Amino acid sequence: MLSFVSQRIVKGVFVLLAIVVMNFFLIRLAPGDPASVMAGEAGASDPMFVQQLREKFSLDRPLPEQLFTYVKGVVQLDLGYSFRQQMPVSTLIAERLPATLLLTLTAFAISLILGITFGTLAARFAGTWADTAITVSALLFYATPIFWVALMSILLFSVYLGWLPSFGYETVGANYTGWAHVKDVALHLIMPAMTIGLFFMATYTRMTRASMLEVKRLDFVKTARAKGLRNNIIQRRHVLRNALLPVVTLAGVHSGTLVGGAVLTETVFAWPGIGRLLYEALLQRDYNLLLGVFTVCSAMVLIFNLVTDLVYRLVDPRIEFAK
Amino acid sequence: MSKAPAIAIKNLKIALPKSGERSYAVEDVSIDLIPGEIVCLVGESGSGKSMCAHALMGLLPDTVKTEAGEISFGGKNLLKLTEDGWREVRGRDIAMVFQEPMTALNPLMRIGDQMMEMFEAHGLLTPKERRAKALNLAKEVGLPDPERIIRAYPHQLSGGQRQRAMIAMALALEPSVLVADEPTTALDVTTQAQILKLIRNLQRSRNMAVMFITHDFGVVADIADRVVVLRHGKIVEEGSIDAVFRNPQHDYTKALLAAVPSMDPPARAPLDETNKAVDVIGLDKTYVTPTGWFKPDRRVQAANEVTFSILKGETVGLVGESGSGKSSVARLVMRLIEADRGTVRIGDVDLTALKGKALRDQRHRIQMIFQDPFASLNPRRKVGQIITDGPISHGADPKKAMERARELLGMVGLDAGSLDRYPHEFSGGQRQRLGIARALAMDPEIIVADEAVSALDVSVQAQVLKLLEDLKARLGLSMLFITHDLRVAAQICDRIAVMQRGEIVELKPTAQLFASPEHPYTRELLSAVPGQSSPSQAA
Amino acid sequence: MKKFWKLMLRNPGGVIGLILLTVAIIIAVFGPMMFPTSPWRMVQRPFLPPFTNPMVTLGTDALGRDVFAGLIYGARVSLLVGLVSTTVALTIGVPVGAIAGYFGGKVDDAMMRGTEFFQTIPSFALAIVLVAILQPSIYSIVGAIAIVSWPPVARLVRGEVLSLRTREYVQAAVVTGQSNSWIIWREILPNTISPIIVLASLMVANAILLESSLSFLGLGDPNLMSWGYMVGAGRTVIRQAWWITVFPGIAILLSVLAMNLIGEGLNDALNPRLAKDSR
Repeated sequence: MLSFVSQRIVKGVFVLLAIVVMNFFLIRLAPGDPASVMAGEAGASDPMFVQQLREKFSLDRPLPEQLFTYVKGVVQLDLGYSFRQQMPVSTLIAERLPATLLLTLTAFAISLILGITFGTLAARFAGTWADTAITVSALLFYATPIFWVALMSILLFSVYLGWLPSFGYETVGANYTGWAHVKDVALHLIMPAMTIGLFFMATYTRMTRASMLEVKRLDFVKTARAKGLRNNIIQRRHVLRNALLPVVTLAGVHSGTLVGGAVLTETVFAWPGIGRLLYEALLQRDYNLLLGVFTVCSAMVLIFNLVTDLVYRLVDPRIEFAK
Repeated sequence: MSKAPAIAIKNLKIALPKSGERSYAVEDVSIDLIPGEIVCLVGESGSGKSMCAHALMGLLPDTVKTEAGEISFGGKNLLKLTEDGWREVRGRDIAMVFQEPMTALNPLMRIGDQMMEMFEAHGLLTPKERRAKALNLAKEVGLPDPERIIRAYPHQLSGGQRQRAMIAMALALEPSVLVADEPTTALDVTTQAQILKLIRNLQRSRNMAVMFITHDFGVVADIADRVVVLRHGKIVEEGSIDAVFRNPQHDYTKALLAAVPSMDPPARAPLDETNKAVDVIGLDKTYVTPTGWFKPDRRVQAANEVTFSILKGETVGLVGESGSGKSSVARLVMRLIEADRGTVRIGDVDLTALKGKALRDQRHRIQMIFQDPFASLNPRRKVGQIITDGPISHGADPKKAMERARELLGMVGLDAGSLDRYPHEFSGGQRQRLGIARALAMDPEIIVADEAVSALDVSVQAQVLKLLEDLKARLGLSMLFITHDLRVAAQICDRIAVMQRGEIVELKPTAQLFASPEHPYTRELLSAVPGQSSPSQAA
Repeated sequence: MKKFWKLMLRNPGGVIGLILLTVAIIIAVFGPMMFPTSPWRMVQRPFLPPFTNPMVTLGTDALGRDVFAGLIYGARVSLLVGLVSTTVALTIGVPVGAIAGYFGGKVDDAMMRGTEFFQTIPSFALAIVLVAILQPSIYSIVGAIAIVSWPPVARLVRGEVLSLRTREYVQAAVVTGQSNSWIIWREILPNTISPIIVLASLMVANAILLESSLSFLGLGDPNLMSWGYMVGAGRTVIRQAWWITVFPGIAILLSVLAMNLIGEGLNDALNPRLAKDSR
């Protein structure tokens, strides 16, 4: 297992490096001189800042040298400076990352638990009205844009019903501590997490349902029946365990979309995470910040993929830790 | 000799869904299973034998309905049982062994755990006692290193070992009735012999009533006390094994027995030793699977210094079990895969030295007939296109090619109208004929038949083999015949090469090989063929 | 062909999807002819509620623009972007996947590194970055969506081609001396059409979602009225004028739903026949 993990980490590092190089070339794709692009809308108005950038990234030097300087900077975790926010990009990201992690992990947990539960129910009662209801709802949630779900839930739960707060991470100025603080954050967390969660719940519901129906037809389920086992044991031990394998794979595949969903949700709910940071960078045309957040998002996806792959290999004894 | 039956099927009638080819899967079938006796249910595919087996366990699919009849066991009619009632009976009184041991075991559970489930299902014994019992069962069915096997997963065992584990599971609660649905069909012939012996011994020591489903008359000859022959869901003949084999009454039984190839090779005409069609010299092929940075790669040698030749007009057989490398050698000779070393000469031409267009131009001289009739024809192309694609791509005139295709269809026994139809409209045997026609369309000198009849029912198999022999004689072809079935090889090959783990261990004229085999593996292989010991037509 | 339609129409979801899609296409094609006024024009008092004025059935937005007109012109953008970006993604993905799957070895390795790279990057974030840097326009949007959408196509095609390559009728074609390109075109690709078609319809759905999300964030083409843009514009006034965000959102929902339903219907229609063919 150790060799597998180390192989994957090395591969991941190469991918990240490739992303950094790609960022380098993307900056040069934008219209205008790379220094003013990097300075962003705000920074470009300050000629001294632009000159600083020009020197720092040796923009008068040949291309390969520029690339080297740029990559060297990133490796040393210097992702540049955001003029508009007047802070190093890495600091900004480090500040906001925990909020995003809280949001995405909660959403992921909700979607997985609810998705598998509903999928199992739908498979169990396949063909009945319960199945149709679950499948149709899943289809609807899957087809609805996340930002719209976010807005509609604000409309319903904040504006009309007044049950939940409509933005932010905590109630401003209230200064809660301890248990009250946790409760406050939790209240603020519900809608954003459910928004992302519902979309993925739909995916997992459909996958679990399809997978369970397929596994049910396999021979070893017949063997289990031939032993005289009770149905719920057969469902749990034989069908579900095998049916969940493709769901694990799917979770890995969707990790990228999870991050994307976070961007939209954090924007609508003003959740102080890196998704929102991406949006701010976008508005201000702050390309340094934009690319910095982008690189960190990619790193998150890499780690998530590694974890799901590991889980899959641990759960399925047929796959060895080789390639 | 009429002991009371342990279980009796009486006038069973199972209806198929409306869209099926016939209305009943099983019609008016009555079978008695007597303790201490093995009853073999024989029939070709679609005869309904599997349905009978599943009915005994209450495991019929939801799409079929039991219309009439009863299954009498211990004074009760099992067909009237609720699901709860069935669960009591399953495993404890009646147990089943399935055909494909790989798919019949849960790939995510350890073998021992799956065995212990038998006890758990009926609420017996403590976990520790169950583990001890599982270990004993593993020993009883002859699993090597039982402690380790109990903790292993199904994919880590061989086919034979998995089947032994399934049998152990079935016998765990000492049922009085055992239903075995083609338990050895998916196994190699040597493994099959061992499993058959195991079943016989276990049956005798526990005095069980056994229903054994098979399509292989050799197996029936070796293991049955009584035989029941099924056709299209009806019983056409039944009786003791001696009676049915020595004195078959029904025409169908007679035809089936006649279709089984005999182990006695016929005399074969001598051939011109100087006229070689194919020369294979020193073929080597090793498959390497990478396993990461820290472990050595896995290497499987499919061909090791394989050398043989085929004379013009000769049929050379390549026999062996799975993993012997015979299929790989066939593909190496065809240059479907590339050898690591070695030469293949067709006449004067060194096939292995050619590339690109030169190779494509020579390919027509050696053509292949494939094993799976359902995968060997492109489902989206019409038969006419399939047969003429090859010649047309080498510059043949499309009209002339179609004419020739019509001719070929006649030669293989199909009507000209087939040209406009799609493969899925034909049966398995017909598709194999189409495959033969496609091969012949290229005007080859040599035909390589890769298990060409293995997927066919025995009666269809006999027809296709006869067709191949006729065509071979008529067109002056040479043939490389790959098979695992020694009976077929005995009847159709001039010489036979026996392969084991990538090596040819013995290469001799057929009659000599069967009369006096030298290599120990050949002897093992020959003695493992079922159906030789009973005094019947099938021997 | 007729059998295909019969199977397709048996699936109720597929029928609904087809109906919705047809409605959307009709609106996209004929709508602007029936409503020639540009949706950017101010036609009435701002914040007019829906169903109050027959001239502006669905109300007006913060700048007095007709919401209904916005929906009609938005249909064009969504469908156009959906179809074109999917086509481009297929044009890249299918050849890459087919070549990787057929030739295997180093070619396959190289191409798979490429797809893996793109799949590690969160696709929406990459789309944002690309459109931001290349400046928002319909071309950059279509390009960005195509770039993030082609890897799954390549993966699927590669998988299918890999499994078909060892299928016996393909080996038969090799043995009768067919050339590589002939084999790929005539034997392999026709048997991959079905899964590709199913994937394509799902990709159009995804493209519509991506485009609306990009427009919502303000990255839409500034000259084109798009549903996502409308939702984004109405976001700040959601308490006073719910209709500005609700109706475009429903439009997006219905179009994406339609494509998903069609995709499922296609899957049911095409696959059982394949299963029958190969048996």
